[in-house]
Amino acid sequence: MTAIPTPQGLTSIDAVTAGLSTVGYISTRSISTAVYLAHHLRKPVLIEGPAGVGKTDLARSTSRYLGYPLLRMQCYEGLDESKALYEWKYGKQLLYTQILKEKIHDLVADADGLDASFAKLNGFQDLFFSRDFLEPRPLLKAMEQTGGSVLLIDEIDKSDEEFEALLLEILSDYQVTVPEIGTIEAKVPPLVMLTSNATRELGDALKRRCIHLHIDFPDAERERDIVRARVPEVSAELLAQLVSFIQLVRGENLRKLPSISETIDWARTLVLLHAEALEPTLVRETLNIILKRQSDIAAVAAKVETLTHAAAQAARGDLAPEPA
Amino acid sequence: MERVLTNYIRALRLAGAAVSPAEAIDAARTLTVVGYGERATLKESLSLVLAKTVEEKAIHEALFELYFARASGSPLRTPDAEPRRGGVQDGEGGEAAGAEAMLDLASGADPDRLAAAMEHAAAAAGVDDIRFASQGAYFARKMLEALGVEALEARLMDRLETRTDDARAEAQALMEARALLTREARKLVSQRFEVFGRAATETFMNNAVLNRPIDQLAMRDMERMKVLVARMARRLAVKHARRRKVTNRGQLDIRRTLRANAGYDGVPFEVVWKRKHRDRPKIVAICDVSGSVAAYVRFLLMFLYALNETVADLGAYAFSAVLRDVALPLERMDFEAAMEHIIVELGSGGTDYGQALVDLQDQHWDQIDRRTTVLILGDGRSNHTDPRLDIFAEIADRAKRVVWLCPEPPGRWGTGDSEILRYAPFCTHLSYCATALDLEQAMDEMLMAYD
Repeated sequence: MTAIPTPQGLTSIDAVTAGLSTVGYISTRSISTAVYLAHHLRKPVLIEGPAGVGKTDLARSTSRYLGYPLLRMQCYEGLDESKALYEWKYGKQLLYTQILKEKIHDLVADADGLDASFAKLNGFQDLFFSRDFLEPRPLLKAMEQTGGSVLLIDEIDKSDEEFEALLLEILSDYQVTVPEIGTIEAKVPPLVMLTSNATRELGDALKRRCIHLHIDFPDAERERDIVRARVPEVSAELLAQLVSFIQLVRGENLRKLPSISETIDWARTLVLLHAEALEPTLVRETLNIILKRQSDIAAVAAKVETLTHAAAQAARGDLAPEPA
Repeated sequence: MERVLTNYIRALRLAGAAVSPAEAIDAARTLTVVGYGERATLKESLSLVLAKTVEEKAIHEALFELYFARASGSPLRTPDAEPRRGGVQDGEGGEAAGAEAMLDLASGADPDRLAAAMEHAAAAAGVDDIRFASQGAYFARKMLEALGVEALEARLMDRLETRTDDARAEAQALMEARALLTREARKLVSQRFEVFGRAATETFMNNAVLNRPIDQLAMRDMERMKVLVARMARRLAVKHARRRKVTNRGQLDIRRTLRANAGYDGVPFEVVWKRKHRDRPKIVAICDVSGSVAAYVRFLLMFLYALNETVADLGAYAFSAVLRDVALPLERMDFEAAMEHIIVELGSGGTDYGQALVDLQDQHWDQIDRRTTVLILGDGRSNHTDPRLDIFAEIADRAKRVVWLCPEPPGRWGTGDSEILRYAPFCTHLSYCATALDLEQAMDEMLMAYD
């Protein structure tokens, strides 16, 4: 494999962390290491974890801070190569057939006999199945990028097993084989990130080819940093309280736990409502932002007072060491 | 340095985290990128490259700490990285020299050197192959021999026989040195056991339990069994969770093709092929809970309920004299309590298969349809009552499959009041099922019918 230039933002693990933070993504050591290794080992990263912890956002932020284009491939059941890899431009092919029909007389006019005409036409055989008639889909497009790119294959667990097999060639060799044309190799291998919500177990073949990153719910400190980066208007006191509250809620026995995206939404809501601190009534009215199931909302609503109180206490503890 | 990594990978595999050779190569490449320098980075990197599930990451987490927590000072010291020093390893160094060298080692003047010598000895004695805690003393002794303790002991014997004060003092020093080295060796061996042996022992115990007939399990095996059953159920769930689409290639679905192309004036642009229809698994378990079979029923039901991600449609009936629906207590109550309840409620009274079948026909007949697998667990000993083969034949007719798991060995089938051979012709599958592994296999086959 030819040496691929290392961009400034990927020279060290700390550089990755710093780079990601410039676009508002608060990384952990493990996340930064994964991005760093992905580039240096030329390997895709498979990101697993609960919904809403920033799996897709990692790919988006990486592409943004490196200045790479982001090619996104959303997976779903029934996704096949014509939607993921390439498609022939049937319309254009039809049009060319028409043109050929008109021109064919001129072309074979001076040839006598069928054999001579065929021999003459032989030269045009590959016309319809050439690069000009190929419509690149995200995966092929990623292979064609010359300045580096981030390829995001989102929710791979939603796709069929056949599609997973299709990906193997791209993930290990960074090439795509089009039967009519041959193998198209990536000019500069893209940085590939796959995300999965673990609705099904992925194949071993796929996992083996990837670096496996598991992102879990963040601890209180990182969550505060994330919310502060995304919702800078929020006051320090409210921030500490709402993050503690969310952390406490995650300890409850719920069907669907609130994730970071819900924390951010909640912070935005509370800022919009000009809240300065958490109050039980306010919390109860806005619970539907952090919890998405009626049974969960009912369970937490019953405990709002104690949770709010505990969150306020925890927040005081967190705030005390840093007077700022 | 490679030895450190390959040994670590070996330890991971022993602990149950699958690491393929390709991943091992990746790990080696990772090390050339990140280096051994920073412990935290090393740990994160190896976790990213080697551990591919949350469980494997947990194994890695625990093992990394154990494995790279070697002795004192630099944690990554390896035997081959150390230059060979002194006459410690060279047995030829002569009696006196050997003893001197060992005394010197044990003096505590140079802990690094002691650690290095210990590592050497461990490698020479093959301590990494340790499997059971009871091998500890053996490996420690082999390590001491590799260090050259025989020279020291010979000298010690010699000194003890010489009855002078000088000799006695030297003997004392030699004994202390020997004790210290033994302690060090034992420490190292027990640490290696944690890394390489503990998991192997666990695996061995697990296999032993899985292969033991269920009614011979001791109470203390129950906890282990519960974990194992959950693990087996998860494995089966993963295996069968995804029903692959199967298109019958080449078989045209004329009705659908016509429908799809109505818009094109009936010209078949879009061709629709016939597809195989897949049933969702539906299982009706009928369990004999009389004394002789109760232990098996417990595991079968535990297994079935652990599978309920895959098998959403699950009915459970228990009987000995009469048959009852037990799905409700199993869902509502804690499993142990539910089992207790079922056995108290239904477990007494003479087993009557015929009556159970009559009850099933009377009350739960609509539960059995063409996608149902009827799973019967029992020994077929019906106390000489009418086995009601007519109803059983009708069940076999209605259901997709009838699977009978019998905890009695085939040699005893048909003896005494056993009616199992008369039921056998109507069963799709009849097998002897004694161990947890048999149970897993039977479940696997059953789910296979729905794949």
